[in-house]
Amino acid sequence: MKLSPDRPSQLSALDRPNSYIGRSVPRPNLARLTQGRGQYVSDVALPRLAHVAFVRSPHAHARIKQIETEQAKKAPGVITVVTGAELASVITPWVGVLTHLKGIKSAPQHAIAVARACWQGEAVCAVVARTRAEAEDACALVEVDYEPLPAVTVAETALDPATPVIHPELGDNLTFERAHVAGDPDAAFAQADAVAEATFIFGRHTGVTNEPRAIVADWNPGEQRLTVYHGTQAPHMTQDIFARHLALEPHQVRVITKDVGGSFGIKVHIYADEMATVALSKLLKRPVKFVADRLESFVTDIHARDHRVKARIGVKKDGTITAFEIDDLTGIGPYSVYPRTSGIEANQVVNLVGGPYACTNYRARARVVFQNKNVMCQYRAVGHPIATAVTEGLVDLAAAKIGMDPAELRRRNLIPDDAYPATGASGIKFERLSHHASLAKLLAMMDYERLRAEQEELRARGVHRGIGLASFIEVTNPSAAFYGVGGARISSQDGATLRLDATGAVFVHSGVTEQGQGAEAVLAQCVATSFGVPIERVRVITGDTDHTPYGGGTWASRAAGIGGEPAWPAGKALRTNVLAAAGAMLQADPTTLDINGGIVVDAGSGRERLPLEEVARVVYFRPDTLPPGFQAEFVVTRHYVPRGWPFAFTNGVQASYLDIDVTTGEVKLLKHWCVEDCGTVINPQLVDEQIRGGIVQGIGGALYEHCVYDEAGQLINGNMMDYLVPMAVEMPDIDVGHVVTPTADSELGAKGAGEAGTAGAPACIMNAINDALRPLGAAPLLAMPFTPERVLKALGRI
Amino acid sequence: MSARHLDITLTVNGETVSARVEARKTLVDFLREDLALTGSHVGCEHGACGACTVLLNGEVVRGCLTFAVQCDSAQVETIEGLSDSGRVADLQRAFQERNALQCGYCTPGILISACELLAGGDVPSRETIREHLSGHYCRCTGYQAIVDAIETVAQAGADGPLPTLRGSGQQ
Repeated sequence: MKLSPDRPSQLSALDRPNSYIGRSVPRPNLARLTQGRGQYVSDVALPRLAHVAFVRSPHAHARIKQIETEQAKKAPGVITVVTGAELASVITPWVGVLTHLKGIKSAPQHAIAVARACWQGEAVCAVVARTRAEAEDACALVEVDYEPLPAVTVAETALDPATPVIHPELGDNLTFERAHVAGDPDAAFAQADAVAEATFIFGRHTGVTNEPRAIVADWNPGEQRLTVYHGTQAPHMTQDIFARHLALEPHQVRVITKDVGGSFGIKVHIYADEMATVALSKLLKRPVKFVADRLESFVTDIHARDHRVKARIGVKKDGTITAFEIDDLTGIGPYSVYPRTSGIEANQVVNLVGGPYACTNYRARARVVFQNKNVMCQYRAVGHPIATAVTEGLVDLAAAKIGMDPAELRRRNLIPDDAYPATGASGIKFERLSHHASLAKLLAMMDYERLRAEQEELRARGVHRGIGLASFIEVTNPSAAFYGVGGARISSQDGATLRLDATGAVFVHSGVTEQGQGAEAVLAQCVATSFGVPIERVRVITGDTDHTPYGGGTWASRAAGIGGEPAWPAGKALRTNVLAAAGAMLQADPTTLDINGGIVVDAGSGRERLPLEEVARVVYFRPDTLPPGFQAEFVVTRHYVPRGWPFAFTNGVQASYLDIDVTTGEVKLLKHWCVEDCGTVINPQLVDEQIRGGIVQGIGGALYEHCVYDEAGQLINGNMMDYLVPMAVEMPDIDVGHVVTPTADSELGAKGAGEAGTAGAPACIMNAINDALRPLGAAPLLAMPFTPERVLKALGRI
Repeated sequence: MSARHLDITLTVNGETVSARVEARKTLVDFLREDLALTGSHVGCEHGACGACTVLLNGEVVRGCLTFAVQCDSAQVETIEGLSDSGRVADLQRAFQERNALQCGYCTPGILISACELLAGGDVPSRETIREHLSGHYCRCTGYQAIVDAIETVAQAGADGPLPTLRGSGQQ
């Protein structure tokens, strides 16, 4: 068994006695999850609980002429049947736009469609019953008279004058457009010795969280409060939005998020059926539960990645990249998703293309268009897999054109490790990255030269292996620049409140959330280290808007770098306060004392003076024995938001080694490597598992996952038999290495690691496939997913 | 008793349970809704994801492809029972030490399948473990940690008691 390296990362000030920073401390929630004692929202049952099921449009676009609900209302167990028009009196519609995406537009979206359904799967009527089964039975009795309308399904023609406009009041089907020019791309292409041009296509896919979206809403008219058990990544964000659209004050809404069965960005958005569920609870004055079934998930969970990118690269004979150019088009469904918008992914593509390289000439355009398909929005590694595949695909095409080894071409163009701070061609700012150190480490880990020799030797024997590389950058630790400046009420700062209990244990309340990444372990490590107690004495509380500091939740790899950061100074502040009490008890100068292993000690000698339990006992139960005027403060709060840099960019590089069966077109993954630099590694095991899980998610998009729509806008593979996801047998073992470049924007120096795997994997799988196929004369394969059929077509075998 | 409902008596985690259930009710819905045994999860309801895996008369079955009425007179074991009895304790410990779960939603089902794989006492290859896990969907881990954990338990089973997996840096 391969163990994660259990060694301290390169720390200095963080090396307190008995430091937990840099150690693979197990997550506190593991034992109960392995025992089936998790508390997912789908498990929640409350007194008087009712269940809602939705009648969903079978058409991609249709006018709703009439809804006949009488039969359904009479069905066994039915409590009520509610149409969109009726629910609109309880909950207001929303528009998914933000001001920093200049010109982005969208139309009002209702909790349940009113008058018109705009995609297959949009809810048009709700049935509430005693059980989910009874609600579903009655859904079959609701008669909806639809008048089908022309469906806009093809992104490429969405802006043609002949194409119907989905929301006539918007004037056209353009949601958002961004153009960017840096340097002099025309001159730079003219100076190039070779120009490679290609169109990259990315299949629509989705998150397929193992636990589908789930919500239980409980409006209590006696308290005038709404309690929502919600499988979300951002409880304070959903609290604000539920209140806003139900005409409540946010303090009247409590969002509780316990265990969440997978999120990956799927559960950070506002969904119409979840808004309908909270509105139904308000309407019915009782708890209402909605859990999407798998078929509903496929047509309502946000989709992502449906981009086609025309792109060019210019390169000189010596390998110098002279320019990048991209033209990205993406279709996002009929509405920009609330509140983060559906313009962010295309915006990220513009930001990130060419990001690892020193090339300063860049032209980009991205257009986002409406269509009558399920909505698209931000999913793990937003935009990164697209930008990385385009950039790294172009780099490999350029290398092939000038006959240079792809690793060498990268070496000659990656931003030098000593050139920071630096600004990318898109205008993004890098504090400090380590592309060259990471590439060198990766090539050594995989023994690149030996692997190339092996590949050559096997090719002579008719075995077709490919080696693919992909350097990448990753956006983590977002400041207010991501959403706040555009008007989104999503906290970019986060806080940690620490409370010492009467036996010397510490409670930590944090605004970030836990969906399995290990945020709770990281918080415990920070507090145990900076305060000075064994980690078993730290209990972490997350996911309750009544009881945690106002915060942003867990997304964009912010939980450790932003959520963990304030836990560090909070621990120090609590230590100072506890030592003040201990000093009073010991008649000692508090600055001569410290806390180590849960015991007050002399700072210099480490001599044990007083157990924490004794300090807490006196402060809580016998404060009369403390000096007059002394008041202990055993609750402290600290907050953090990145201020030095809008984002903490990280970097890394991945490699894939694979084998292609030219008879069947199947791709067999043999091995995968990743070197990643997320700054200070607080918990090596958790970081490595984020990388591995992310890589496999990226491999899914590269090889298997695809939401296939027909011309009428019908999703034709929306189930787990036909929509393929990575399973254990197809996945390779993945070696993970690190380079450590802490950010100076925080004390801990930790950057994020959650997107890195997904950012780079599709690019390096693509490059490896083309590396294997190129000697066979195949045209480059640039349309994901790379199915056996597409491989065989590229080979001209079918 | 109507045609839509049937009376069943079965043993669940060693306890005798009698219930009147709808004929259409699946075993996993019966366990979760009627018995509040929420450790078995519902992921796809069409037999693809494995989150609802339980033991029926000692055999691994999908709780979503089995009707509750098929379980009359049967012995059903869920993750709750297997945890209490200690039967999957080595696997649970290995999963915890190797962080072989993130969100944990797939974990009970995977533990039950892994228990079946290791029941014979053989030490399966990593390929065999991966093959055996292929009825289980995990979105979080990328599977490698799960394979590592199961392999460790298999090897320990062949060599004696399960060793502590982590190095000296652990407490």
